[in-house]
Amino acid sequence: MAKKEEGKVIDELTSSEYKYGFVTEIESDTFAKGLSEDVIKAISAKKEEPEWLLEWRLNAYKAWKTMEEPNWAHVDYPTPDFQDISYYSAPKPKPELESLDEVDPELLDTFSRLGISLDEQKRLSGVAVAVDIVMDSVSVKTTFKDTLAKKGIIFMSISEAIKEHPELVRKHLGSVVPVKDNFYSALNSAVFTDGSFCYIPEGVLCPMELSTYFRINESGTGQFERTLVIADKGARVSYLEGCTAPQRDENQLHAAVVELIALEDAEIKYSTVQNWYPGSKEGKGGVFNFVTKRAVAEKNAKISWTQVETGSAVTWKYPSTVLKGDGAIGEFYSIAVTNNFQQADTGTKMIHLGNNTKSTIISKGISAGKSQNSYRGLVKIAPNAKNARNFSQCDSLLMGDTCGAHTFPYIEAKNSSSHIEHEATTSKISEDQLFYCNQRGIDTEKAVALIVNGFGKEVLNKLPMEFAVEAQKLLEISLEGSVG
Amino acid sequence: MSLKEKIISTYRSFEEAISSSSSINDIKDNAIKTFEEKGFPTLKDEDWKYTSLKSILKTDFCIVPSENKDIEIADIEKYFVDTDSFRAVVVDGYFSAELSTINTEKAIISSMKEAIEEKNELALKHISKIAPADNSMVALNTIGHADGIFISIPNNTILEKPIQLLHIATGISGETLVQTRNLIVVGKNCDAKIIERHQSLTENTILSNPVTEISVGENSYYYHYKIQNDVVSANLIDNTYVNQSRYSNAFVDTFSFGGNITRNNLSFFLNEENAVANLNGISLLNDSQHVDNFTFVDHRVANCDSHELYKGIYDESSKGVFTGKIFIHKDAQKTNGNQQNNNLILSENAQINTRPQLEIYADDVKANHGCTIGQLDKEALFFMRSRGIPKKEAKAMLMYAFASEALKNVKIEALTAQINKLIAAKLNVDIEFGE
Repeated sequence: MAKKEEGKVIDELTSSEYKYGFVTEIESDTFAKGLSEDVIKAISAKKEEPEWLLEWRLNAYKAWKTMEEPNWAHVDYPTPDFQDISYYSAPKPKPELESLDEVDPELLDTFSRLGISLDEQKRLSGVAVAVDIVMDSVSVKTTFKDTLAKKGIIFMSISEAIKEHPELVRKHLGSVVPVKDNFYSALNSAVFTDGSFCYIPEGVLCPMELSTYFRINESGTGQFERTLVIADKGARVSYLEGCTAPQRDENQLHAAVVELIALEDAEIKYSTVQNWYPGSKEGKGGVFNFVTKRAVAEKNAKISWTQVETGSAVTWKYPSTVLKGDGAIGEFYSIAVTNNFQQADTGTKMIHLGNNTKSTIISKGISAGKSQNSYRGLVKIAPNAKNARNFSQCDSLLMGDTCGAHTFPYIEAKNSSSHIEHEATTSKISEDQLFYCNQRGIDTEKAVALIVNGFGKEVLNKLPMEFAVEAQKLLEISLEGSVG
Repeated sequence: MSLKEKIISTYRSFEEAISSSSSINDIKDNAIKTFEEKGFPTLKDEDWKYTSLKSILKTDFCIVPSENKDIEIADIEKYFVDTDSFRAVVVDGYFSAELSTINTEKAIISSMKEAIEEKNELALKHISKIAPADNSMVALNTIGHADGIFISIPNNTILEKPIQLLHIATGISGETLVQTRNLIVVGKNCDAKIIERHQSLTENTILSNPVTEISVGENSYYYHYKIQNDVVSANLIDNTYVNQSRYSNAFVDTFSFGGNITRNNLSFFLNEENAVANLNGISLLNDSQHVDNFTFVDHRVANCDSHELYKGIYDESSKGVFTGKIFIHKDAQKTNGNQQNNNLILSENAQINTRPQLEIYADDVKANHGCTIGQLDKEALFFMRSRGIPKKEAKAMLMYAFASEALKNVKIEALTAQINKLIAAKLNVDIEFGE
């Protein structure tokens, strides 16, 4: 293929715009910028929280103040000024929402532009998805709550859960990701404003996909949400989160904590389609996505992380699984796409503690433009994890000669009955593959999309069906014009 | 006084005594600053995450050993590979002309100290230019070495005989920190083979911290074999840095069977196009031995290849560490880099930590790494036992079969035989491995 045409296609692809970059003009109640004990107390008061939670937050704040911002990741960004962020922003006024009619029409419009229906009647292609929608700091609406309640499933914003199910929240909050786990988890613990809570009772198979949609709207704010999913014995749930943010020149901070708990024989499938605003083509603005996600799998439980990462200026994220019980299974399927000036340092940790535990890691990184994409992962086999088994595969695809793809796996084995396999490859789309497609009448851009989709297929296949299509499209958009 | 403080104060006082200012002294001066700032690496250094020197550094090492003139050839004969070769012997860090066989018109094999004193152009040109000055162990060597081996192989030289480098620690000064500085400059169109061995003759704790800088010229083939089969009281931090010119092929093989803590820092800098770097290694450990292979291949220009194969077998409570980094710079297009690290864990208490890393800034490259950790195949073992092969021998054969792939670059027959013997001895079997 002519180099010229290649270049043209690259230009076209990289020039595609972020389509969720609009701002909703909605009145909101936003705290002044800055972080102090008073701000934390104010957040807690605003949310009418019990005493124990305020104390928990203040402890976290105290710990956070002694910690240093981590800088070991293969990313380069200006340290956020934590005093220049507003820690609470909520669309107002939002008292109890009884029906959809009471929702601010501006909000409804926002979400319909994002392709999300707040209306329970409007089901997409007959598939019901219960959604909890978090805008800036608070949850604005949770759909299908009643339908789920009939099965005993609790699905609501975490603020509501703190009020309605304090014993459950108190027991599990911070049990998987301790307050002092890392700099951003401590910050999140101190200032989290909302998030989703989900509890599936013993033996219940959740009848629909549960989903949280995160939207940053207000400028100058950070989003700090907290998600807690508990699957009791034998329960099963599939959970999806999606995120977008307006197009701004500033770097907004998103520091979330997600905790998953799968008790005996339970199964949690957690899928993420992360599409925060990645910044402009010149690398200006974009969201800093510093997220701590971790799961604990008890005996014979299964945790499956699936992520499609296309957004954010800087991503720092390692969804991990602690395989605590015998026979537990952990899976991690990821596609991370970086373009323009995006930087991603992402991967997973599989900590094998129980006997006969199994884990699978499939990570696909695609870098284009001037981006840097790193896989960083840990597989750790404890001395007592007999017959543990791990398979990891990290593949990287490079498009263009100004981007970078890196792999930093750590493998620690401490017994003699485990099997670990790891392989990684890095390559570019071969000219032979493109030529083959061109020759059969497929133009270069389609050919690239085809090859990229083929490259990511193992991961895309793991997404819930209705989102797989969405993700596939997202992949094409993110890479538009980056053929190398 | 900690070892670090002792080293710094000792060499600072030396420095005051020598007031002359030369480029060598400037380098030493900077090295003291670097070492003062960084000190000995700890587990907090990412590069040393899995290897702790704490247990060794408690020892009150003699840092300026006296010269031992009592060693005779008969004492050390058994540490040479039985083949016609040139020999360079260093005793406690001092080059020994009496024990060495260096008479050849084809190359210069001499004392490093003399080469510097005689202002050998090549020596001055390359010394401290290849090893990174900001590395604390290199800095320690720079300030503390008294002597070493200098080898210069002129253009168009084919050395038929290998050169054997033997570093002896005698323990005459008690527990000793032995530091030698070696420089090997290979010209254009050469072929040279080196066998290197560190051997302690004492039960005193020895910490060796040699730095070897190697420059391989255009179109040359360079083979360097490291035999590490020292006694359990010996520790080794080996630092080897290789610069490669265009169309050069460099091979460094590391065979680690003995010693207490062994760390191999091995870096290749591919400075010109079409150079090929080859790194092989076998670690065969038991008891509480610890071997850390830390390799770095720096692809600075286009069209270079690197091949890396490390095999590890860990028994009892031994610990293995492997870090392999392939760094491909922005302009290093058409690079082909591959890396394999395969490990067998034979005991519940053995451990392996491995980090195969790729850092890639160019797009038209092929880079891959593979890493496995597993056990001996039970069915293969059963097959052999059902044919009357005793368990120990059957296991040894499987282990040899597993490891021997990493012997493919050994081009000296006597050396292959020697390594096979060492493996058999290590596995405690009476089998003649090899063809």
